[in-house]
Amino acid sequence: MGTGEILWNGLALFLTLSIFSILYKDNPFYKIAEHLVVGVSAGYFAIILYYNSFIPKVWVPVVHESKFLYILPTILGVLMWTRFSRKWSWVSRYPIAAYMGIGMGVAIPVTMQAYILVPLYATMQPIGFTSMALFNNLLVAAGVLCALVYFFFSKEHTGAFGGVAKVGIWTLMVGFGAGFGLTVMGRVSLLIERFTFMRDYLQKLFGF
Amino acid sequence: MRWQIPLLIVLIGGVFMAVQYFVPLEFSERIYEYCVDWVIIVGVFAMGLGLWSLFRVSVGKIQTKAQGWGYNFITLGGLFGMILLGLFSGIEEGKQFMNLFWYIYTPIQSSMFALLAFYVASAAYRAFRARTLVSTILLLTAVVIMLRLIPLGPVSGLNQTVASWILTVPNMAAKRAIAMGIGLGGIATALKVVLGIERSYMGKE
Repeated sequence: MGTGEILWNGLALFLTLSIFSILYKDNPFYKIAEHLVVGVSAGYFAIILYYNSFIPKVWVPVVHESKFLYILPTILGVLMWTRFSRKWSWVSRYPIAAYMGIGMGVAIPVTMQAYILVPLYATMQPIGFTSMALFNNLLVAAGVLCALVYFFFSKEHTGAFGGVAKVGIWTLMVGFGAGFGLTVMGRVSLLIERFTFMRDYLQKLFGF
Repeated sequence: MRWQIPLLIVLIGGVFMAVQYFVPLEFSERIYEYCVDWVIIVGVFAMGLGLWSLFRVSVGKIQTKAQGWGYNFITLGGLFGMILLGLFSGIEEGKQFMNLFWYIYTPIQSSMFALLAFYVASAAYRAFRARTLVSTILLLTAVVIMLRLIPLGPVSGLNQTVASWILTVPNMAAKRAIAMGIGLGGIATALKVVLGIERSYMGKE
């Protein structure tokens, strides 16, 4: 390992231990790491946005390609900064309105496609009892239907409707349990990765 | 002027963008791309607003000597360090900007998310009780999924089969039902915004 690598990895080790130190109690090392990540992440995303959005979407079209249509959204963007003035902060509603209008308009058909139609297509598969695959398709379709019935609160959950809703709750509980298990496993994987990093670094540093 | 025109912009923008999705013309697609660029450009300038806000809050704490004010120098140092390095040395791999990303941002983020393993385990130990049928189902599912990758001797194969079945059948059904609920909720909210029923994002008069 070169000196640079030793120093950079040493810094990463120090910050990792600083974050883990919160498990004991709140302390200055944790606070240093916490405040550092706020500044670094804000600076990182600002620069990424500058190079990946401002340069190709504003600077190049307006200055190099003379696409003056892009001046209009740029002016709208600048108007966002009127929020700093009490007198003129209402002007910032114009860019916010453009942002929300376009964003919501795009979101309506895309959400319909991604969250409703695609899951519906995937659920409407051949069903039956002759093979495990067909039976599983039947279980998925029944599970989706039951869980949707549970979400239907306009009718009281009693009688047969309540029974179907109850199966819906069981289905949802399996989903939540699986989600919990997968989340825990993901976090544990990250923890193992951090410990592996520390072990490897110390092994390389001290050669044991 | 202060309310009606912005609401009109939301209505026109929203209806136009929703309708153009179903118009398979090149002209329509070009307008769509231009409008999406609008959103990106406004977002770039909004980022400046966020940076200024972070700067103002940090400086304010230093000026008033609020509790833990000294840590705000670290926040400002990190912020300006990244911005100056990004602007003057570039963002290619191997530059100091990316070193700060890989050796400061990434380990802290990974460690913070890894910390949740401890908190989740602690919370689960205190909260998970198989008192009712539904909580037992949740508990058993979580246990089976968590043990999926762990060697369990002769029952490893069975556990993996059960875990795989849980993930692809009942879990899939639950996730699809939840996705449909999210979709319907999202569309309803978007319609409320476009039609001017939901206006809280514009702030108060």
